[in-house]
Amino acid sequence: MLKIKSYVKVNSIEEAYELNQKKTAIVLGGMVWLKMGNRNISTTIDLSGLGLAGIQETDEEFVIGCMTTLRELETDKRLNEYTQGAVRESVRHIVGVQFRNCATVGGSIWGRYGFSDVLTMFLGMDTWVELHNAGKIPLTEFVDRKKDNDILVNIIVKKQPLRVCYMSQRNTKTDFPVLTCCVSLIGNEARTVIGARPARAMVVEDQEDILGNFDQKSEEAKKEVIQKFADYAAEHVPTSGNMRGSKEYRTLLVKVLTRRAWEVVGGMKDEY
Amino acid sequence: MNIKFWLNGIQRQEEVDPGMLLIDFLREKGCYSVKRGCETANCGLCTVLMDEKPILSCSMLAVRIDGKKIVTLEGLQKEAEEFGTFLANEGAEQCGFCNPGFIMNVIAMLRELEEPDEEQIKEYLAGNLCRCSGFVSQTASILKYLNYKKTQEEA
Amino acid sequence: MKYVNQPVQKTDAMALVTGKPVYTDDLAPKDSLIVKVLRSPHANAWVDTIKTDTAKKVPGIVCVFTYEDVPQKRFTLAGQTAPEMSPDDRLILDRHVRFVGDAVAIVAGETEAAVDLALKRIKVKYQVETPVFDIHTAKDNPILVHPEEDWKLKIPLGGDNKRNLCATAREEHGDVDKVLSECAYTVEHTYHTRANQQAMMETFRTACYMDHFGRLIVLSSTQIPFHIRRIVGRALDIPASKVRVIKPRIGGGFGAKQTSVSEIYPAFVTWKTGRPSKMIYSRYESMICSTPRHEMEITVRAGADEHGIIRALDVYTLSNTGAYGEHSSTTVGLSGHKSIGLYRHTEAYRFCFDVVYTNVQAAGAYRGYGATQGIFAVESAVNELAHKMGMDPARMKELNMPVEGGPLPGYPDVPYAQSCAMDRCMARAKEMMNWDSRSLSQDMGNGKVRGLGVAMAMQGSSIAGVDVGGADIKLNEDGSYTLALGCTDMGTGCDTVMAQIAADCLETPMENIVVFSVDTDISPYDSGSYASATTYTTGMAVVKACQELRKKICELGAEMLQTEQENVDFDGSYVFCAEDENKKVSLEEIGLKSTFFNNIELQVVKQHSSPLSPPPFMVGMVEVEVDKETGNIDVLDYVAVVDCGTPINPNLARVQTEGGIVQGIGMALFEDVQYTDKGKIRNNSFMQYKIPSRMDIGKIRVDFESSYEESGPFGAKSIGELVIDTPCPALAEAIYNATGVRVRELPITPEKIAMGILEKEMEK
Repeated sequence: MLKIKSYVKVNSIEEAYELNQKKTAIVLGGMVWLKMGNRNISTTIDLSGLGLAGIQETDEEFVIGCMTTLRELETDKRLNEYTQGAVRESVRHIVGVQFRNCATVGGSIWGRYGFSDVLTMFLGMDTWVELHNAGKIPLTEFVDRKKDNDILVNIIVKKQPLRVCYMSQRNTKTDFPVLTCCVSLIGNEARTVIGARPARAMVVEDQEDILGNFDQKSEEAKKEVIQKFADYAAEHVPTSGNMRGSKEYRTLLVKVLTRRAWEVVGGMKDEY
Repeated sequence: MNIKFWLNGIQRQEEVDPGMLLIDFLREKGCYSVKRGCETANCGLCTVLMDEKPILSCSMLAVRIDGKKIVTLEGLQKEAEEFGTFLANEGAEQCGFCNPGFIMNVIAMLRELEEPDEEQIKEYLAGNLCRCSGFVSQTASILKYLNYKKTQEEA
Repeated sequence: MKYVNQPVQKTDAMALVTGKPVYTDDLAPKDSLIVKVLRSPHANAWVDTIKTDTAKKVPGIVCVFTYEDVPQKRFTLAGQTAPEMSPDDRLILDRHVRFVGDAVAIVAGETEAAVDLALKRIKVKYQVETPVFDIHTAKDNPILVHPEEDWKLKIPLGGDNKRNLCATAREEHGDVDKVLSECAYTVEHTYHTRANQQAMMETFRTACYMDHFGRLIVLSSTQIPFHIRRIVGRALDIPASKVRVIKPRIGGGFGAKQTSVSEIYPAFVTWKTGRPSKMIYSRYESMICSTPRHEMEITVRAGADEHGIIRALDVYTLSNTGAYGEHSSTTVGLSGHKSIGLYRHTEAYRFCFDVVYTNVQAAGAYRGYGATQGIFAVESAVNELAHKMGMDPARMKELNMPVEGGPLPGYPDVPYAQSCAMDRCMARAKEMMNWDSRSLSQDMGNGKVRGLGVAMAMQGSSIAGVDVGGADIKLNEDGSYTLALGCTDMGTGCDTVMAQIAADCLETPMENIVVFSVDTDISPYDSGSYASATTYTTGMAVVKACQELRKKICELGAEMLQTEQENVDFDGSYVFCAEDENKKVSLEEIGLKSTFFNNIELQVVKQHSSPLSPPPFMVGMVEVEVDKETGNIDVLDYVAVVDCGTPINPNLARVQTEGGIVQGIGMALFEDVQYTDKGKIRNNSFMQYKIPSRMDIGKIRVDFESSYEESGPFGAKSIGELVIDTPCPALAEAIYNATGVRVRELPITPEKIAMGILEKEMEK
């Protein structure tokens, strides 16, 4: 059972940061994961008084406060217009509306969970995290960073020209994913993200530049490189087995979902 | 810790332990409609409204309701009876244990979505588990209730 | 006004939908001690030493009990009527712990925090032994799950604890091997069903307190109040008369609460301390230390002649009871009796089984009770046989299905099918699914392929010659009736169904009947609600009681009218003289008269027990869409046509069917209790053990084709269990038709399909 000694609703990020330097302190997100833990917490730090819930859009970027709920991501018109509905698709399978009204994007990203749909989705965009101490760093860097006592303040999505598609395979509609996949054209950069491998999401490095100049290719050529890249991804993305699926099945899914998502982004299919 | 909040429309001030979960706090305050079906935020039985939004009271520290408006089914008896009659007319209430959380979320849905269709209903309520009914009759009762509300408005 | 066969609202509906405090934990005494159990981290171990001193010193702790404190007479937790068929293999706390989660110590304290702390402070040294997990090597394994000398089977069922064998049997009719050798077509396959959780929304829970007579009151969420009285008495080694069991509203059961899972612990605490106590199982506990469905491995041999007539069936079931034997010798029987019976031309059949002990969580009763497992195997085998012959599986079933007046091979509980509309169920299902004009498989051209599947099922209605239903009806002074029952409405609506039956028997409005259930001090004896018994058995007790009460009302009415009883009639409102209808007394007047200077008691208690268990029947058909690359399955449309005799309440019968089908879909496609190699359950929460959500099902369409069962109330049979039996075989068949992949081990996951498709392509 979770044991909590004290609770502080902080008045500033600075205060939160100070409190969080103690090892037994913890920053509260939506608590949907935290409460399942069996641990003793000296201080719970609540950021909900700092106006960090909500999505701000400027000409250059979306600034998403760490206390923004997954439900707000799901229903935000601007963000979903920008991502062609991919953000909604990435969170709508997560348990239920009440759960998503509790769970925060900050909690999801900070946790860097293996099963995370949210992490997979945000890795598929030009996303930065704003940390109180370390400042702004790209999410691609943050994802492999060791957990420390910093505070995640905002998630920033740079409004590059974007075409994106999110897909997941699940054994039941509201279960954790067996595999997640987000592919995107960020400006000219072709990016493929695979998550729930079941290890945490990773960007698939296209070392052979198979998808280079993807957008300029003919449909025929697109088809060919997509197939080639799907095989490449299946070969290069490390997967393993757990209760939800074997290593072999996951690798099969890497291939299938990568191909399908690229077909959507390449304009060859509307959906699957 | 001392908190001030509204419970079913009444302002209250209470002393709470920092580790107490909202579900336990509400049951302690006599809101027995709030049920626990799991410990992992998966069943939806403990759904209550916080500032109009449906949330899981099992995943909320009681201290966090400071300054907020909490509504449980005890505060929505008229609505519960009105919609509940449709649910019962389908035989869909069954064991009843999931009913309060389910009805809370139905009420939240109807306040949030205008004329939801069957797919939207299923998606909105996906986090409300029920092991008895198989869900079919629950959905039927919502569609009939919507229809009734519509004819009422038109009349 | 007639109530039978009407979709009447449940009598408790409004309390439930408005969230009234009507369940065990809502009603438990507010000063209850919190009771929790320390659980074994090992699958097979002996408690070497156990130190409780520091735990007892935690402020707020009232008591800590270990194996040294409990009675040493073995008992069973299975809620079954005498003679109990489950072995006596339990103690409240045993030195020998037999699965991860087995009880080691009981702690009771003023607060949950104190109890949690005390649990941590109990120091146990275990002598850890090698566990036995594999069901194939459990029998005659040198490692014994129950080596104790006082293990006892009260009736001979072939069980032998020195062989890890809970039960074994062989039933044979005709020469199976010979007939099979004559068959033009045969199949032999092994099917494997996994353990599933009942997963009712309200976990196990019990509150206890002492009354002013020094008796132990047990308020519990149970399907079996009268059995609980006996079980608690035996466990505590006190007379059952010292125990009173009260059942409030129950948040679902599905068989899980046909075993006494939570009662004995708070009962022991309250008996020892005199203080009120309660034990509320967490979902985690409900997942790791209750009684899920028996895992079974079933080998079927089936043979048909060149016309598709099935001549022989050979079924062998290997059932896994886990660490304890609750319901084990009985569930396994249904795997053969309810499956072989579906094929009426069977000249020869054989049904053999072994039930083995292993070091995993004990199995128990779950809706379907073995029939679900057996029907998956036999229906799948027959479908495979049809494909082998190039015959439409539905056609093969039509040729062989049970017919009214025809035999039910291997089903001992009726001489023949007295009431049976399976043929009409099939015809209606085919019509609803448009079966005859469609192909069993349809490529959608977009990487998806659809398939159709079919299965039949039968169950029983009560345990023949065993189950007892009770009804106690009385007329009150205001002309209302009180109907006291011992059956246990667990959400199914049996309180309402009984009131409907009583209202029609007494020609009175339902509002005029108060239903009361269950309190073992007050309610008439009833074996409880399980085995699909309640409507059929208790329903008849209600009919009998009402009929006799009518006579008594006439007797008193006649006395008031100063005439003989044979001269009067009763129309529900008045007793009147047949010859002069103006000479009458009202029901209210009779009720009032019964309260003064009266020697004719207007109260009747009746029991009913049937020597028969007439099967309800059904046909299930399903259409699925499978993604050929990912193996993803969408259940598009499920058609169920049911013969439950007269549906007393068509709404409740329909919802039973819909709910049963959805549970069956879960079992077929994803529910699977999984263990680590140390015997620890991996999916021990709703986060990891997924039951169907409303997003996981497509359309479900239910219809009824009713036969009329003469031995049941108003022609009714049962429905509760039957409806979970068709999804497993129907889905396996539909998926086969869609993809060519036959999955014989449940659940049928996307992975199994996708990998199966790949394998088939490799073969090409």
